[in-house]
Amino acid sequence: MVESLEALTLKLLEYQAKEYFRKHGIPTPQGRRVNTPGEAREYTEALGKPVVIKAQLPVGGRGKAGGVKFADTPGEAAAAAEELLGMKIKGLTVEKLYVEEKLSIVNEIYLGVTVDRRSKAYVVLASGEGGMDIEEVAAEKPDRIVRHIVDPLRGLRSYHARVLAKRLGYGGRKMLQLAATVESLYTVALEMDAELTEINPLAEVEDGFMAADARLNVDNNALFRHGELEERLLESYRGELTEREIEARSQDLTYVELDGDIGVIGNGAGLTMATLDTVMLHGGSAANFLDLGGGATPERIREAAEFVLRDERTKALLVNVLGGITRCDNIAEGVVEARREVAAEKPVVVRMMGTKEEEGRRILKEAGIETLDSMEEAAELAVRLAEAS
Amino acid sequence: MPRFIDKDTRVLVQGITGSQGAFHTRLMKEYGTNVVAGTVPGRGGQTVEGVPVYDTVVEAKESHAVDASIVFVPAPYALDAALEGVEAGLDPVVVITEGVPVRDSIELMAMARLSGTTVVGPNSPGLIKAGECKMGIMPVQVFERGGVGVISRSGTLFYEVAAHITRVGLGQSTCVGLGGDPVVGLDFVDVLRWFEEDPETEAVALIGEIGGDAEERAAAFIGDDGFTKPVAAYIAGRAAVPGKRMGHAGAIIQGASGSAESKMNALRDAGVAVGELPGQVAEALKRLL
Repeated sequence: MVESLEALTLKLLEYQAKEYFRKHGIPTPQGRRVNTPGEAREYTEALGKPVVIKAQLPVGGRGKAGGVKFADTPGEAAAAAEELLGMKIKGLTVEKLYVEEKLSIVNEIYLGVTVDRRSKAYVVLASGEGGMDIEEVAAEKPDRIVRHIVDPLRGLRSYHARVLAKRLGYGGRKMLQLAATVESLYTVALEMDAELTEINPLAEVEDGFMAADARLNVDNNALFRHGELEERLLESYRGELTEREIEARSQDLTYVELDGDIGVIGNGAGLTMATLDTVMLHGGSAANFLDLGGGATPERIREAAEFVLRDERTKALLVNVLGGITRCDNIAEGVVEARREVAAEKPVVVRMMGTKEEEGRRILKEAGIETLDSMEEAAELAVRLAEAS
Repeated sequence: MPRFIDKDTRVLVQGITGSQGAFHTRLMKEYGTNVVAGTVPGRGGQTVEGVPVYDTVVEAKESHAVDASIVFVPAPYALDAALEGVEAGLDPVVVITEGVPVRDSIELMAMARLSGTTVVGPNSPGLIKAGECKMGIMPVQVFERGGVGVISRSGTLFYEVAAHITRVGLGQSTCVGLGGDPVVGLDFVDVLRWFEEDPETEAVALIGEIGGDAEERAAAFIGDDGFTKPVAAYIAGRAAVPGKRMGHAGAIIQGASGSAESKMNALRDAGVAVGELPGQVAEALKRLL
């Protein structure tokens, strides 16, 4: 399903995604990005037809939240833009608008390409229930979803796309048009390293199909192939991350803000999550999740520890590291350095084991920081120290 | 049936001259792994930790008998390196590299399937046969030869559980780090099948985390009597907040599926002993054996 691949993706805005759609031949309505009511008026006048004005935000559900408005005249378009700009949707302020010709829609289709973990392949999803959230369709009317798992070596062929279009009930010219759009969307997914790309709805109009909306989430791990997207990353994060999380991202830290008071740093997502779980089982609650990842340098560890220690909510810092590719001496140096930099009186508890453990322990001992043997003990101590301070 | 590793496995290290490649080549050799050669394009003729370096895998194979490969090559080049290993007939190909694009992993797994090659990872800590051979980056002091097979999606949590298993006096047979990415070569069921046949494995520790449905599928496999040896499990991420990514790409809860509770319940229903803390996995196995 479209499940968990939302993780770590760069979410392009609708108008940005549509640039890529157009480049690959997916029909899109005539439209333009505008920043002011005056621009909305001008463009509507130039188009000479009714329009739809849409808030550009990296979050879903904007329609329900009132972020999409229709206008028949240039005056109405300006008024709608006025209303939308500055509006708050899911905590975000609307700053960008997209004005598009209004379509006469015959039918709404869902079309998406994502990654299927189980088959280790891309999967094309299509449904006649367009406009609805595909997860809702999956839950309520699973038989209304058509799936095609793309054999990575064979690729998506034109005949696969035609079969899919037929299964949605189309024949003749419309079947060919829909199939062409399916192929194009798959090409976009591949070329853009999309973890998810969606057209929802793909509007069936009198003489063909038009992408009425567009979603393109790019795999962060593939950004080295898409240098032009790097600058859009922060904008994309605005939708889903807190300010503190965005600040962490700008330092390249894998950080999730939580609402407790114990700062947690671990290495590896699994161990760091287990550390949060253990803190919770001991009656405490974590202020954050910070995963150092593999092979962190002392400098990196210092930055991470500083970041957490500087958080005024943090009453104690718990560092839990098992050295494999990460070295315990590096951890110790980084933690000691961070404590010196921040000059915080906050208690620090370190649990570490593995590569260069003895050296790490010695460095911490010299700095007066206690090293514990087990995660349970360390979590318990951190909870106690946080309560005491 | 995947082929795994033992003391006779002759290992090639791809990306051997990088800092991680060189560092872990030394540690693998110290553990007793038979590292016979390394590759780095453009660095042929050098030696690292006494291991000769070649430009290409083909050249390494011309001069040495090689069975398996471990890849430390940076993410942008990892697909090419792993495919070079696969095409040269090395098996398994263990990809340690973090941050490999999903599109590359999909291609790698498809090519590996063609030749029947086992790929472990990417973003994997590797595998270890306790006391014999380590193809990975795990700290060796937590491992002791014994009868528990370990399968984990997470790296460091796997060391944590292995350390507990050693502490209670059980020790490990073979341990496999599946890797934390959404698309990886092996999943729990593949390794459970192998452990079912492996005479040295008496019981299994299964370490999962939130996201995806690999643990649920493992539970279904165990519940349908696909696996007959005792299993204990730990699932990380009970304190995770739905919709928030917890570190690597794999770990996120969306809707009801993929949560720690759903996985723990599925495993319990299949008769697996599920611990609340990582340490309880070892205690449960001790009781079961």
